[in-house]
Amino acid sequence: MQVDWNTFWPRIFEATGETLTMVLFTLLFSSVFGIALGLLLYVTREGNILENKVLFNILNVFINIIRPIPFIILLVALSPVTRVVVGTTIGTWAAIFPMTIAASFGIARIVENNLVSIDPGIIEAAKAMGASPVSIIFTVLIPEALGPLILGLTFISVALIDFSAMAGTVGGGGLGDLAMTYGYQRFDNSVMFVTVLLLIVLTQIAQFIGNYLARIFLRR
Amino acid sequence: MIEFREVSKVFHTSKQNEVKAVNDVSLSVNEGEIFGVIGLSGAGKSTLLRLVNLLESPTYGEVLVNDKSISTLSPKELRQMRQKIGMIFQNFNLFNSRTVFGNVAYPLKIAKVPKQEIKKRVNELLSFVGLADKADQYPEQLSGGQKQRVGIARALATSPDILICDEATSALDPETTGEILNLLKKVNREFNVTILLITHEMNVIRTICNRVAVMENGEVIEEGSVYDIFTNPQERTTQKFISSVLNDHISSNLFKQLQASKKGRLYRVIFMGDATNQPVLSNIAKDYNVSVNIINGNISELQEALFGNLVVELQGNDNEIDQVVEELQKQVQVKEVTDHAG
Repeated sequence: MQVDWNTFWPRIFEATGETLTMVLFTLLFSSVFGIALGLLLYVTREGNILENKVLFNILNVFINIIRPIPFIILLVALSPVTRVVVGTTIGTWAAIFPMTIAASFGIARIVENNLVSIDPGIIEAAKAMGASPVSIIFTVLIPEALGPLILGLTFISVALIDFSAMAGTVGGGGLGDLAMTYGYQRFDNSVMFVTVLLLIVLTQIAQFIGNYLARIFLRR
Repeated sequence: MIEFREVSKVFHTSKQNEVKAVNDVSLSVNEGEIFGVIGLSGAGKSTLLRLVNLLESPTYGEVLVNDKSISTLSPKELRQMRQKIGMIFQNFNLFNSRTVFGNVAYPLKIAKVPKQEIKKRVNELLSFVGLADKADQYPEQLSGGQKQRVGIARALATSPDILICDEATSALDPETTGEILNLLKKVNREFNVTILLITHEMNVIRTICNRVAVMENGEVIEEGSVYDIFTNPQERTTQKFISSVLNDHISSNLFKQLQASKKGRLYRVIFMGDATNQPVLSNIAKDYNVSVNIINGNISELQEALFGNLVVELQGNDNEIDQVVEELQKQVQVKEVTDHAG
């Protein structure tokens, strides 16, 4: 059975909008949580400015528990929590919640890795100038790690486009959902090609913006 | 100004192992002087320096800055005290994400100085270190010497009374080292900033320090004015450091050759103070039937005074040489050289 492209294009536009909504809002929320978590992980590590073994170990183990869970499983496992937080388990916003959880822990690890690569001498210098731990976080750690951090977030955005396709299975909508229902389940390859093409274009745009911003902050 | 009172710092490398990086050190640095601590790597000098602004806290003993024990300060007081102690580093430790201006402005921002004042102060400092035209550049665009100038400007931003320097010239070539040392001297004179520096280069000590302490295995083994230490070193390690800049020892081969030739006897003659202005050796040669052959030596300026260190061969008969040595000892230090290290 062939689709009627005249009525189908609006559906594709709508799905693209849903994908963008899921990706952008997830990126926004998970950046906030992920960066905060990553910073906390870094500063509480042994020998760092707010060393706290207990907190560090709790965070570290927690992140290691969440991260290896396949997203599709996490999506389903979190659905009771999603219902409490979002009010429903169906739709775009219901997909954003589990996506944010999954992405936050990934971002936390990326942030921590980027911070570890900062020369400890620079942090020592700020300390010697009388900077408090909080001002070291905001005026040294974040600015010094910003370039690689943007590349890390770009990597996550591309992964989110992938996540959003899976979120389609819980009624999140989006391009992935479209490809699944019209392409895979109705054996209509043309729809699948169009949606996959759009996903590739979105990925390219995300990578381009990320590289461009990172270049500004890395000044290379 | 800075006083170490029986300070020790112990690091626990594992549950059983501990390392005494600083072992029972007592030292005081006076206001307005440039004090150098020299030692090989691992001697504990870097740890000692970090005790001054509490980047490391002492395990035993106390450190006083301006007569205040710094271990008793609250976190807030400690941060305020750190603003009064500038610090520069071997690897400069500039913020790569900030321009030269931003780096120098940083400590002022931390101290909550108003923006207009920051601008004025930073420009003033950049002119002082000779980098007024580099304000908008990033550290990665600068040479090592320029980076250290930025480091110095940044350390001086909050008008500290004390500047501590952690191997500040060790990553620089000899010429740039000279420039940076001159700049530090200028900082000391013009702003009356007390400087405590650590180094493994005796040249740094000779060029700018008033007093020096030699460290080995966490302990201060010798301490005194640079002139005294250079002219009369007691410890083997100190002598080695001095030889590294004065080249005051003859090689073992040359020593063997000279001994084998049996032409005369070798003496080390040390000139200090007035003796450096007298033609001591040529008077001897005139008055006695002994000829003086200079084998090795140099005359250098230390703390604006001359200091000569010569190895000479006295040729003549033994009796007369003994008389000459006796006569010389009235004016200068004379020691017979009995091995190549002597």
